[in-house]
Amino acid sequence: MTTIGAPLRRKEGLAKVTGRAVYLDDITRPGLLWGRTVRADVPGGRLERIDFAPGPPWDEIVVVTARDIPGRNVVPLIADDQPCLVARDIQHREEPVVLLAHADRQVLARAVAAIRLVVTPAPAVLSLAAATDVLSELTLERGDLAAGLAGADLVVDGTYETGAQEHLYIEPQAMLAEVGEDGALTVWGSLQCPYYVRPAVATVLGLPEDRVRVIQTTTGGGFGGKEEYPSMIACHAALLAVKARRPVKIVYERGEDMRATTKRHPSRTRHRVGVSRDGRLLALETEFVLDGGAYLTLSPVVLSRGVIHAPGPYRWPNLRIRGRVMRTSYPPHGAFRGFGAPQAIFALEVHLDRVARALGIDPVELRRRNLLRPGDVMATGQPVEPGVDPLAVLDRALDASGFAARRAACDASNTGVSAVKRGVGLATFFHGAGFTGAGESKLASEAALRLGADGRVEILASSAEIGQGAATTHAQIVSEALSVPYEMVSPAVVDTAVVPNSGPTVASRTVMVVGGLLAQAAREMVDRLRAQAGLPRPHTPADFAVAARAYTDAHGPLLTRARYSAPAGWQWDERTLTGEAYAAYAWACYVAEVAVDTRTGETEVTDFVAVQDVGRVVNPVTARGQVHGGVCQGLGFALYEDVVWQEGGMANARMTNYIVPTSADTPPIAVVFCQGEASPSKGLGELPMDGTAPAVVNALNAALGAEIARIPALPERVLQATLPA
Amino acid sequence: MIVLDLTINGRLVRVQVAPLTRLLDFLREHQKLTGTKEGCGEGECGACTVLVDGLPVVSCLVPMGQLDGAAVTTVEGLTAVGDPGLQRLQEALLDAGGTQCGICTPGIVVTAHALLDARSRPTLEEIRDALAGNICRCTGYTAIYEAVRRAAEPVP
Amino acid sequence: MTSPVRWTRPQSLRHALQVMAAEPSVVPIAGGTDLMVLLALGDLRAGHLLDLWPLGELRGIDAAPDQTVIGALTTYRELATHPAVVERHPALVQAARLSGAWAIQNRGTLGGNLANASPAADSPPALLAYGARLELVSVRGSRWVDYADFHLGYKRTARAGDELIARIALAQPPGPATHFYRKVGTRKAQAISKVCLAGLAPLSDGRLGDVRLALGAVAPTVVLARQTAAYLNGRRVPEIDRVAARAILEAEIAPIDDLRSSAWYRRRVAGNLFEQFLDAIQHR
Repeated sequence: MTTIGAPLRRKEGLAKVTGRAVYLDDITRPGLLWGRTVRADVPGGRLERIDFAPGPPWDEIVVVTARDIPGRNVVPLIADDQPCLVARDIQHREEPVVLLAHADRQVLARAVAAIRLVVTPAPAVLSLAAATDVLSELTLERGDLAAGLAGADLVVDGTYETGAQEHLYIEPQAMLAEVGEDGALTVWGSLQCPYYVRPAVATVLGLPEDRVRVIQTTTGGGFGGKEEYPSMIACHAALLAVKARRPVKIVYERGEDMRATTKRHPSRTRHRVGVSRDGRLLALETEFVLDGGAYLTLSPVVLSRGVIHAPGPYRWPNLRIRGRVMRTSYPPHGAFRGFGAPQAIFALEVHLDRVARALGIDPVELRRRNLLRPGDVMATGQPVEPGVDPLAVLDRALDASGFAARRAACDASNTGVSAVKRGVGLATFFHGAGFTGAGESKLASEAALRLGADGRVEILASSAEIGQGAATTHAQIVSEALSVPYEMVSPAVVDTAVVPNSGPTVASRTVMVVGGLLAQAAREMVDRLRAQAGLPRPHTPADFAVAARAYTDAHGPLLTRARYSAPAGWQWDERTLTGEAYAAYAWACYVAEVAVDTRTGETEVTDFVAVQDVGRVVNPVTARGQVHGGVCQGLGFALYEDVVWQEGGMANARMTNYIVPTSADTPPIAVVFCQGEASPSKGLGELPMDGTAPAVVNALNAALGAEIARIPALPERVLQATLPA
Repeated sequence: MIVLDLTINGRLVRVQVAPLTRLLDFLREHQKLTGTKEGCGEGECGACTVLVDGLPVVSCLVPMGQLDGAAVTTVEGLTAVGDPGLQRLQEALLDAGGTQCGICTPGIVVTAHALLDARSRPTLEEIRDALAGNICRCTGYTAIYEAVRRAAEPVP
Repeated sequence: MTSPVRWTRPQSLRHALQVMAAEPSVVPIAGGTDLMVLLALGDLRAGHLLDLWPLGELRGIDAAPDQTVIGALTTYRELATHPAVVERHPALVQAARLSGAWAIQNRGTLGGNLANASPAADSPPALLAYGARLELVSVRGSRWVDYADFHLGYKRTARAGDELIARIALAQPPGPATHFYRKVGTRKAQAISKVCLAGLAPLSDGRLGDVRLALGAVAPTVVLARQTAAYLNGRRVPEIDRVAARAILEAEIAPIDDLRSSAWYRRRVAGNLFEQFLDAIQHR
């Protein structure tokens, strides 16, 4: 049975193309109330009083403030610094202060408008330049930086900036909470991490965790945006439901979702690169700064991933990367596909093109001379895994995109009088799959399989299907390991009453880590059936069905489990960022071609080729889909997606004004996977987000002979860049 | 409140409704047709696209007051009718990977259906143009282009 | 509960005009693509809506030999696909094709767009370039106004409280002429204009005459650039002093910084599009 590698249809696909898939907002419950959130609306201050203006029928409206919190007023994450509701201090403009519930949304809207918060304003920190409070700090060092720079023929400096990026999943955040007759809570929601939501709700409600049940509904996109913030909304819905003694549903309106929930951390990177005349990279000095917003949330982990990815897939005999996350008065920035790596890789890859220009050598050649090779050691001290050759990935990309001919054609076209200039650019990069360092060991994820009498196998894992294909790839992995048809394997609903904690659905770990656990549980299932139910070796699907019947008749359903443990000998020092940073890396080279209208600064991406080594591809359709989607989000990150901040809030929080790529802006994206069938599957979901923006900006700079160093490269910025200095 | 007669997925209904009620809310809450999704509420994302008298419209911007005598078709209606072209489109979306999280998919199905009605063999440019009002944040559109092209291929 | 909104579905245009006359605060609604967004944002201030959608009298395109008369309820899609409009008024067709996406184009109407009076709307520059005239009707009768005189200020128009826009008339453009339209947004589709320029440039004996040039999103209203046109008229394109012409154009606009762009960008791009227009004339 070779299921792995087959282009099988996604498990929940039919429900999705017929409109039958059930998302949170499609659910209703008897006696349902709607919940709304009143926010601080000032970037800093002290809450003195909450006034309820007359008008709305207050006796019918359920009102929750910080005083109503039975447990601890905190949304637990790395540090317990973020309150669930403001008690006194306001740290950013979108902090929740009052929760309201009513059966009629129009009444609720009037009630929201009738609440006045009396606040003594306090100063706010509204720029990275003004920020002084360091939330988190890390340094990665190797060799002797000063000596490396001193020995360089040329030292090239550059500063790069990336903006906040909104996830813009098309299904807004949504939660429904209900208290059962026994007082236990059930929360349904659009989410990535059920086992983040459960402890959060238990903490805030003051309940033991086993009295809280979290069930994922069909989730209309996440991209990291439904990693940490859903815990906040679940707590709000639960507080209202407990007070109201009725089920409460909170669905964010688009504007509220855009303003209040997390975005990608804005970044500023300063690079100083020392290089020899013949194009050998000798030294890298980097200052990598992220805007963390008002609370710590996940910023330390975003920072460590950013710092580890900052040197890119190159040999650096000497380097020092200093990373910092600064506290500002913006809503906390958080997880977003790539998790710090896209910011770091953007800066390095655009800078390398600048170095190549300064040296007068081909940017392809600069990369060729410095890419890590088999046997090399990365900045963290981790060796390049065997069987991987980043240079081969580069060559494949040059070949697949016809890079040389394409560049010649662009150059030829640019000598003409046309106001439209063309350019081609590339980025070579890697992405570490799974949690950084000891993260997986600490988490010790679990996954399980359950075999029923009918021979059907149920996957028990907390990995949420959020569109990425988790349900499908997991079923393929299990089907292959059990040698049973794909149709016989299906994932259980992600429900904390049913599935164990397989960790969050993040960090490109779903196939590599959780898939690995499932394969292990499957092997154990086969062993048990061989030992106890006469399953022959090898077996057919029919044999499996017979054995399943025999086993379950005798013992009931067969449950097998696996728990993660790190390979022997793995070392990781989280202070110095040295050791085995990631279980595996995916390697890639992306090529973008652009046409820029120099009259308007408008950029069209005319072609895009994405080549990567992600190990063995479990499902070519879903894998390609991950690349297509990541590249498209990368195009938005590179060219369009601009969060306009005013007084600490997002001023353009409408889809009319926050611009993401449409089909008219997105060319068909060519995807190539180059890997041996024998190599294990590595993480994929985040990789395409990393290399797209630098490939596009390098193409832009090639087209214009410009030095664009800040994204999004909006038409305004591009036009500015074309002007003589 | 006003009284209207309209056809929903081929079924004639008489309803009493506030005239400014959005067609989207009427479908989802009154008719329990939840296949039509709300993504933005201001006509930008296309997740709520339905057909009114055969033409795609964003149902979040259509007030019920304007629908007396109209024929409304949602993704459920297209599926139930058993239109072979549509089923091919759905099959093609599944095979090409044109749906991921799925929240935009009903709108994409409705728009692509209307495109294939208007143009039996649309070009890539026509597909990209027709779908420009249906924002998809997952697929990067590439697999959707492929699915629409496949659905338009002559039946072998 | 909020007080219910009144909704009137008129039996005829005459009936609609009687309602307009009797109740000046009534808000007419055409395709709803602007008003329903206001409703979503909580900004729709209307106690009584008058539904124009059923009024067949306001639909249809009449292509007479000397002019094209467009019913106010014509949708962008109808406009963009009408053979006579495609042939005679390609700049307006382009504007209609770029107004929102397909699903919006099936609902948004030309008359509604003009009544809404957004300075960033896509069709108005093209209508100005084509010298459109509007028919305003009321119980008091009908009057035709030059569209160039219709917009009085930001979201203020010459439409009286009891009037409806009934028809838009475009004269048949003169024989050899350059029709130009370009809208600049951040992305290629479904974008709100940052700068838009439409132009009609008839050429006879190599000289420009009766040039009409209009811009959107660069002032509180759409702008007909009369001085610039006056400068161009009578000249041959190669003789035009582009620096001087750009200076005249820039004096006719008043762009601002807002969420969508900057005054600097709008001014510069307006000038660049103007030069593209000149190039288009030259290379016709």
